[in-house]
Amino acid sequence: MFKNDTKSILLVGVGGQGTILASKILSEGLMRKGYDVKMSEIHGMSQRGGSVTTHVRYGTKVASPIVSENCADVLVSFEKVEAVRWLNYLKKDGTLIVNDFEIHPLPVLIGAAVYPDDAIEQLREKVENLKVVNATKIAEELGNAKAQNIVLLGTLIKATGLTNLDWESVLKDIIPPKFYELNIEAMKKGLTL
Amino acid sequence: MREIMTGNEAIARGAWEAGVNIAAAYPGTPSTEILENLSKYKEVYSQWTTNEKVALELAAGACFAGSRALAAMKHVGLNVAADPLFTLAYTGVNAGLVIVTADDPGLFSSQNEQDNRYYASHAKIAMFEPSDSQECVDFVKEAYEISEKFDTPILFRVTTRVCHSKSMVSLSERSQVSIKKYVKNVEKYVMAPANAKKRKYEMEDRIQALKEYSETTSLNRIELGEGEIGIITSGISYNHAKEVFGEKASYLKLGFTWPLPAEKIKKFASSVKTLYIIEENEPYLEDFVKTLGIKCVGREKLPWVDELTPEKIQRAFCPEIEECEPYKIEAVAPPRPPVLCPGCSHRGFFYELRKFKDIVVSGDIGCYTLGASPPLSAIDSVLCMGASISGAIGFEKSNIKAERQQKVFAVIGDSTFFHSGLTGLIDAVVNKAKIVICILDNRITAMTGHQDNPGTGFTLMGQPTEKVDFKKLCIACGIKPDNIRVIDPYKLGETKSAIKDGYESEEPFVIITTTPCALIKEVIRARADMKCFVDQEKCIKCRACFKVGCPAISQNNGIVSIDRDMCNGCEICAQVCPTQAIKREE
Repeated sequence: MFKNDTKSILLVGVGGQGTILASKILSEGLMRKGYDVKMSEIHGMSQRGGSVTTHVRYGTKVASPIVSENCADVLVSFEKVEAVRWLNYLKKDGTLIVNDFEIHPLPVLIGAAVYPDDAIEQLREKVENLKVVNATKIAEELGNAKAQNIVLLGTLIKATGLTNLDWESVLKDIIPPKFYELNIEAMKKGLTL
Repeated sequence: MREIMTGNEAIARGAWEAGVNIAAAYPGTPSTEILENLSKYKEVYSQWTTNEKVALELAAGACFAGSRALAAMKHVGLNVAADPLFTLAYTGVNAGLVIVTADDPGLFSSQNEQDNRYYASHAKIAMFEPSDSQECVDFVKEAYEISEKFDTPILFRVTTRVCHSKSMVSLSERSQVSIKKYVKNVEKYVMAPANAKKRKYEMEDRIQALKEYSETTSLNRIELGEGEIGIITSGISYNHAKEVFGEKASYLKLGFTWPLPAEKIKKFASSVKTLYIIEENEPYLEDFVKTLGIKCVGREKLPWVDELTPEKIQRAFCPEIEECEPYKIEAVAPPRPPVLCPGCSHRGFFYELRKFKDIVVSGDIGCYTLGASPPLSAIDSVLCMGASISGAIGFEKSNIKAERQQKVFAVIGDSTFFHSGLTGLIDAVVNKAKIVICILDNRITAMTGHQDNPGTGFTLMGQPTEKVDFKKLCIACGIKPDNIRVIDPYKLGETKSAIKDGYESEEPFVIITTTPCALIKEVIRARADMKCFVDQEKCIKCRACFKVGCPAISQNNGIVSIDRDMCNGCEICAQVCPTQAIKREE
């Protein structure tokens, strides 16, 4: 690819896990910071329990809205096996953040496919910058498993060095007031991981 | 002011800024959010129509009447609207008319990957192709000016990655465009043969004028770079090409792509040493460039199938760039296909239907298409919106010829039935097709994200309205009242008995299911405390409950359990359990 300062982040998960909301908050924050931002999402059929991907790219001037194979500076996987599915998108020496949480797809539930049981161990062997996070459990302890997306967003922000940004005000503008406190706590937790 | 917007939000914004008064659409991924967003602007009258043909005809009438109008649809929707499209090219417009076609390269949510740019050249109407959200806003506004200046409808072609990608947009105020006077003009608006022939001459004059516009408009711009490579491109492919080549190439970036600017293309081609054509789907630009006698490289290097990506362009045109080996581990990710949701009202119906072995099931487009997937595997064919019923008639007539004893079922959702199922039902009655028409009415257009339809009692703008009654409608069309069953598909006994009655019927037969989609907010609220669980003492681990294909049921370390958060207590699994081990919480 043509050399430029554009950074690429790929968020992957399962429909309903909140990847799109996390990407929205991330993009809004990056925009306020003055970056050119592009975000691309695939939804539609994926609402029905399929695999969901969101691409976020930012820099001085972003061309393509999609992250190419081998080009993601950070790959955030909201579910364990999705990290395996999208691993080829991670750049050499890029950071992989994996939520240590399993959602078994229907072919596995009905016995037509197998869910690998040692994916994390295999990832650990190959990927130097791997962060395994128990985001779902942390969010549950904070009161609502749904806040797992903001825990992971916090971890992502730390990994990308985007901490010098007023994320609390971004959250305030996007998250409904009812869930604001929960999500602020989730973000704080994520930032410590 | 600047905002980050999806292409669909930006098209809606651009239409509002352009002073659009009337907008219509039938929902379809990736176009649905255009009308959802337009309906938020109070100045615009927005509505869902029963199908895309109605949307385009409505928009045509509005533009004849003097209002700037917009019709939006997914690519296959334009096939449905093709009839008015081709003749609108003859009538032209009064106020501006923009038709948005949202194509789906990569088939993320579609049954085919057709390239609708050919509709512009085939119907001979001007075409715009934006690359990002800012261009969506700017191009829509320009499109209305061009539509009125040249008296032509505009095809506004976007793709999934334009519709569903967000980028920065500068916002402006709404233009004050007054509604034009309507003057009766039979020669322009009544397309009887004699008038149409005259209009066709005028259309040919218009095309000449549009060709001149294409040569001079800044929408078709040359960007000079270093080096000797030149790239002709349009739409999202421009961004991907720019990602790969950056300033190392020159670009002819085309935003107005029918009629194409022949002279500008020749000039650009002669200024570069090597010419690449980078485009997604069909070689639409490339074929045109080749007819000009210009040597170029494109399709022979790029894949014919699936969406175009920067890495595909790099591999095709810059094989000398060495790529490092991507990370790879031995573990393989199991497939994660879309599935019917927990509590889905279609599940019970398909579970019972598949038990009938000597039947064939003609399917349709919607969530219930997923009834074709294992373990339900209850559907034989899916072609397009509305094809279930008409296809079933064909199956049945052929079976009679072959003396084949095989009952034919058609399954169709509520919104799809209104879209184009009703005509098939009338055909079945009049031609005495002994088929079973199953209208799976879940009270919403579910697959595209819960839009209202003529069965829900609300309009797009939130007004309460009349609901069409399926049973009365079927009776009015000639289905005998005794041949109609209205059932709750959560109740398997009732469902089975209705299917059996249909199976044995010697006349056209209708089954209507009435349980709403489990994801409707009111349904979620009403069923929030309804949860099933597995009584471990009674469970014999026979896995009968797995045959209903519910994602809430799993087996870990031998123990079968139901995910409490996912379950909505539909009790379909409980009804198939041979030992009554599954129960609803008290």
